[in-house]
Amino acid sequence: MSTYANKKGFGATIWDYLTTVDHKKIAILYLISGGLFFVIGGLEAMFIRIQLAIPNNDFVSAGFYNEILTMHGTTMIFLAAMPLVFALMNAVVPLQIGARDVAFPFLNSLGFWLFFFGGVFLNLSWFLGGAPDAGWTSYASLSLHSAGHGIDFYVLGLQISGFGSLMAGINFLVTIINMRAPGMTYMRMPLFTWSTFVVSALILFAFPPLTVGLVLMMFDRMFGANFFDVAAGGNTIIWEHLFWIFGHPEVYILILPAFGIFSEIFATFSRKRLFGYSSMVFATVLIGFLGFMVWAHHMFTTGLGPIANAIFAVATMAIAVPTGIKIFNWIFTMWGGSVKFTVPMLYAVAFIPTFTMGGVTGIMLASAPADYQYHDSYFVVAHFHYVIVGGVVLGLLAGINFYWPKMFGTLLNEKLGQITFWTFLIGFHLTFFIQHFLGLMGMPRRVFTFLDNQGLNTGNMISTVGAFLMAFGVLVMVINIIITSVKNEKVGNDPWGDGRTLEWSIPSPPPFYNFKQLPLVRGLDAYWVEKMEGKKEMTPAEPLGDIHMPNSSFLPVMIAFGLFVAAFGALYHMDDKSWTLPIIIVGLLITFGSMLIRSVKDDHGFHIHKEDLMDDSDKGGKA
Amino acid sequence: MHADEKFTDATWPASPEKATLEGKNKYLGFWLFLGGETVLFASLFATYLALKDKVPNGEAALAKDLFELPLTFVATMLLLTSSLTSVYAMYHMKNNHFKQMQAWLVITIALGFAFLGLEIYEFNHYVHEFHHTFTSSAFGSAFYTLVGFHGGHVAFGLLWFISLMVRNARRGLNLYNAPKFYIASLYWHFIDVVWVFIFTVVYLMGMVG
Repeated sequence: MSTYANKKGFGATIWDYLTTVDHKKIAILYLISGGLFFVIGGLEAMFIRIQLAIPNNDFVSAGFYNEILTMHGTTMIFLAAMPLVFALMNAVVPLQIGARDVAFPFLNSLGFWLFFFGGVFLNLSWFLGGAPDAGWTSYASLSLHSAGHGIDFYVLGLQISGFGSLMAGINFLVTIINMRAPGMTYMRMPLFTWSTFVVSALILFAFPPLTVGLVLMMFDRMFGANFFDVAAGGNTIIWEHLFWIFGHPEVYILILPAFGIFSEIFATFSRKRLFGYSSMVFATVLIGFLGFMVWAHHMFTTGLGPIANAIFAVATMAIAVPTGIKIFNWIFTMWGGSVKFTVPMLYAVAFIPTFTMGGVTGIMLASAPADYQYHDSYFVVAHFHYVIVGGVVLGLLAGINFYWPKMFGTLLNEKLGQITFWTFLIGFHLTFFIQHFLGLMGMPRRVFTFLDNQGLNTGNMISTVGAFLMAFGVLVMVINIIITSVKNEKVGNDPWGDGRTLEWSIPSPPPFYNFKQLPLVRGLDAYWVEKMEGKKEMTPAEPLGDIHMPNSSFLPVMIAFGLFVAAFGALYHMDDKSWTLPIIIVGLLITFGSMLIRSVKDDHGFHIHKEDLMDDSDKGGKA
Repeated sequence: MHADEKFTDATWPASPEKATLEGKNKYLGFWLFLGGETVLFASLFATYLALKDKVPNGEAALAKDLFELPLTFVATMLLLTSSLTSVYAMYHMKNNHFKQMQAWLVITIALGFAFLGLEIYEFNHYVHEFHHTFTSSAFGSAFYTLVGFHGGHVAFGLLWFISLMVRNARRGLNLYNAPKFYIASLYWHFIDVVWVFIFTVVYLMGMVG
């Protein structure tokens, strides 16, 4: 969406996006593909709710239901929520810290393409003999005995996209540590940047255990190893540990960016400094830290013993403290502010009670003895949808509405946005509130149907009606996006009028070099500080000079594609087919060959010259 | 200051690996990557400890039957020495002595290959003498995965050093490739540290425990 793209034909635009290393374009790629997978995962959810609308339904078969259920969870977590979070991080974080790009633009692009090919690979399972069917957690005792190749698609697809996430994590850490504008100290960073920083550290330390778990699963299923095979001395609990050592930080990887987005929105639309900024930073770091100490609360009923259960129960409940700090800080930010109820603000206000309800059921589940009652029931389903949809998805919808003008230069329609908000919110509570009670009444999760006359009929019907309302809300949002994009009414730097942080001081969308001169940051909410002194723009921290920019490259697509090819070979290798080994070799040659080219070919980037920047001044690329 | 500019001994900066923003980013990013790698190996160690000596029947070989100290002692010495020689290489890199750096790297690579050779011999020995294979037991799977992951890292490090040396053989040092040499040597040290843990946890504890 740079000024250059407008002058190009369609093919050139596609090539531009295939080779781009610009964080703003990569954000758009993440947004589009994440949105696509969100719709796929949503359709799977609709199939689940249609099947469960009435007792003894035969809309789908039991086996197919397992596949839908597995793919719904896997798709939503790995292929929808993660990339949508990355989309907002990429679009916003470099702008918020006053940087011209991320630390490793090439790696940024590679991370996207790995995610994309991993996601496509996983979803191809639908057409190649059946999807994975052991649940999104894929416990070894189930997945080792799953026939067909579904689990292999899960293992290899997640492995490829997991590498991408790891790269994104390292990239944001280095960007935030090394590339902040002059004056942007740690305690002046906007909260979304802070949460990105903490989340990136979580990604760095949480993804390797998943990598190891997937490798062990791959060795067991494809190469005859015995990690999880009890008869040969193996132990299936190892998978549970490795998965949840990754899996629990993963839910904080998803929710903390949402917390960051809401912090920006509350401050902006209350037109007031965020209440308790330093305690918010402290709470974010503490949640990230505690997030690593609680994984075994997913395994209370595994039989780890009362001491382990007690320790993990107490650690889990401790997380309620920093989260509570955040909830009160948001409320106090609104207190005494002049609150403006825009669409992002509606989501933010609705988020507080919704997420708190999810938090309260979280405390209930954290008490290990009580968990024996709730375990594997719809109560758990209700709980994690309250925190993930009520927290992460509301946060993403708020963030997409809030940052849409910064990414695309046009505001989403307010009326349609409100329709989406109300239908989605009411639909959400209809769908999931009743599931608490279904769970307490004894309805187990992951079953494909239920019997009549068990008192479950009304609750399930209400839940299904709610799901349709949510789907309607998403549909209206898609229509909204189409209408807005066609109209394309351009907006200025600060379309909400109350922008506080650096990203609102530059054009929407920003020029491809972001800041013509790096801005001087003089306080928390840097742009607001300048506004309060009657200035229209940031004070530059450097004279106008040449800007160094990275070159575009097609190699990231090649590296990711090579792994995609090799994964097919590995997948069918266990069938004793003759063509699998050559395919693995060819794929790895593409990947490692492209990596070698990247290593030996010098890439110094290019410079935008001072004179060209001066000509650009009519486009308003000022700091 | 352009990255591919030519330097004399007088103008060569004290820490060439961190003299440019790209270099600084690489340096920090690689340290962080090693943090992730630490967790990766920690997971493999945990898996190994959980599955140590877990075999399907009484005839299968256990850790105390398999390991012999002389072989692993020699392997350990080879790898530790290669870490030292890579330090010498980086010392010369920081002083802009390209020839000496290349020479020490050649020694490092030679020691690395010797280590890999011993490892291959060792694996071969276990498979043929003890029928201790990747698929024979959970113990076997965990052992070959942990030690093999380390061996794979060694092999990758060797290829990395070789391609860096070949690529830069004719043009010497500059601020564009100095960070590349530096992080390759960081990686080499990391492999060495992991081996120290493997030597302790797998071999020493395997023989006494």
